[in-house]
Amino acid sequence: MVKFVKISRQAVEHVALLARLELSEQEIGTYTEQLNTILDYAAILEKLDTSEVQPTAHAVPLHNVLREDEVRVSMPQEKVLQNAPDAENGFFRVPKIV
Amino acid sequence: MDITAKTAGELHDLLVQKEITSTELTHAFLDRVRRLEGQVQAYVTVTDKSALKRAAEVDAKIARGEAIGTLEGIPMALKDNMCTEGIRTTCSSKMLEEFVPPYSAEVAIRLQEAGAILLGKLNMDEFAMGSSTENSRFFPTHNPWDLERVPGGSSGGAAASVAAAEAVYALGSDTGGSIRQPAAFCGVVGMKPTYGAVSRYGLIAFASSLDQIGPLTKDVRDNALVMNAIAGHDRKDSTSVRFDKPDYTQFLGKNIKGLKIGIPREYFGEGIDSDVAKVIWDAVAALKDLGAEAEECSLPHTDYAMPAYYLIAPAECSSNLARYDGVRYGYRAEGDDLISMVRKTRAEGFGPEVKRRIMLGTYALSSGYYDAYYVKAQKVRTLIKQDFDQAFGTYDVLLSPTAPTVAFKFGEKSSNPLSMYLSDICTVPVNLAGIPGISIPAGFVGGLPVGLHLMGKAFDEGTLYQVAYAFEQHTGFHKVKPSTKEVAAHGLE
Repeated sequence: MVKFVKISRQAVEHVALLARLELSEQEIGTYTEQLNTILDYAAILEKLDTSEVQPTAHAVPLHNVLREDEVRVSMPQEKVLQNAPDAENGFFRVPKIV
Repeated sequence: MDITAKTAGELHDLLVQKEITSTELTHAFLDRVRRLEGQVQAYVTVTDKSALKRAAEVDAKIARGEAIGTLEGIPMALKDNMCTEGIRTTCSSKMLEEFVPPYSAEVAIRLQEAGAILLGKLNMDEFAMGSSTENSRFFPTHNPWDLERVPGGSSGGAAASVAAAEAVYALGSDTGGSIRQPAAFCGVVGMKPTYGAVSRYGLIAFASSLDQIGPLTKDVRDNALVMNAIAGHDRKDSTSVRFDKPDYTQFLGKNIKGLKIGIPREYFGEGIDSDVAKVIWDAVAALKDLGAEAEECSLPHTDYAMPAYYLIAPAECSSNLARYDGVRYGYRAEGDDLISMVRKTRAEGFGPEVKRRIMLGTYALSSGYYDAYYVKAQKVRTLIKQDFDQAFGTYDVLLSPTAPTVAFKFGEKSSNPLSMYLSDICTVPVNLAGIPGISIPAGFVGGLPVGLHLMGKAFDEGTLYQVAYAFEQHTGFHKVKPSTKEVAAHGLE
């Protein structure tokens, strides 16, 4: 079993990139400390032997929800775009990607 | 008695008997909101114009001699994470400060169809993450019982609005205690229904396997009435469950003789204030007087619920909140390229607690740690669910305090995330197991309300209402109103 380990400042920076968050130097320091406190607390879970236990993702059993493949009215384009920070010709506009 | 102090049940009778019009009633509440909001700050948005328009429609219907529904013409409010078409829905976040949803949440539609008068949208911890409403990006909400204390959270605006009679009832959402803990802190009734009993369509997601919408009300009857209106299957929510929805009011007034109540000893451990525990033991005595059989029991994995929750909820949050990228809706910051735009948008749009949980969740789901943290927590979730399944083999209902303490002061826990998280220690296991839980007023410590927490079998909200109603009618704590000078001076006895 993988052990709970301390999270380093470098790991916090990496996670911030994965999470698409830009953090200040001060935030990186604060989150490193706070995440370690919370993960230390979570380390109590290691005490439990769960090798024979199935994980629960949902408390109630879920089933596929199927329906007939039929055309229905969908939300009009203007409504979809009404909250866009930047839109043009029916598209969302974003900064240059390549 | 001031009209705003009345319950939905009482107001319905007054409307039917033409003692009052919905317009008068709506004006009374809007006036009260105007007078009290400077102190309480429960509302993010007040929708006075549309409220009065709706009220006039209901009055016209009554004038035509048509019958009205139980909730028709009665003013209420929604936590600001439930989408309302054409009405700004912010999640108390800068990220959604200008967001005007193009559609309404299913609960908003159902209440609108039931003739409810929407007074506005209620303050909350940003994206429902928090236990004090101090994480709102706009302002903190104040507890009507003591304005220097928090109302609890994350549905703090919802609980405070009902306690201060700024709405007859409100809907909140509960991921780890966010309906029940503020209900306890503000001395109102708060129900977290079974997962899947109420549609989450249009509820802005925090942790999808735990989130559930429910009513906060002045008394148990109103709570059952609102559940009647909002519960039931919805095809637009694929996790919504088809079940035989009862009339929840049919359980009110049934006696509780011989009903078996389990008191899990793990819920009275370290961290539970001894005065709060005493109030709960008095409540046990009251339930025994009413003929219930109560005895101690054990839910052995309780201590593992909080750490499991604080891996599962942030993991789901980090995934759900990935959608806030500044492209389709919400706040956008300027950036040189797409990634820097997205990172800046999220850095400026989210507050510290939301970022903390995104970071924690992203870490728990990241390569190399997924099994150690996330899967481990899900396995522990299975054990917690099994504890409940076993206990409900013997008991009809389980009982505990709702929160370990009464409402705390502003700033008391905000510098230490972990100590804030622990204020949900009694409520979190219920969300992990997906079962219903209700908090009802059970007495006072130092003049501040204490909540009694009742937990039931999945889809057995009825038995919770039965016990809650019997207790409420026997003790009458729900009739005690906040006596804060600012709140009481405006109409409450």
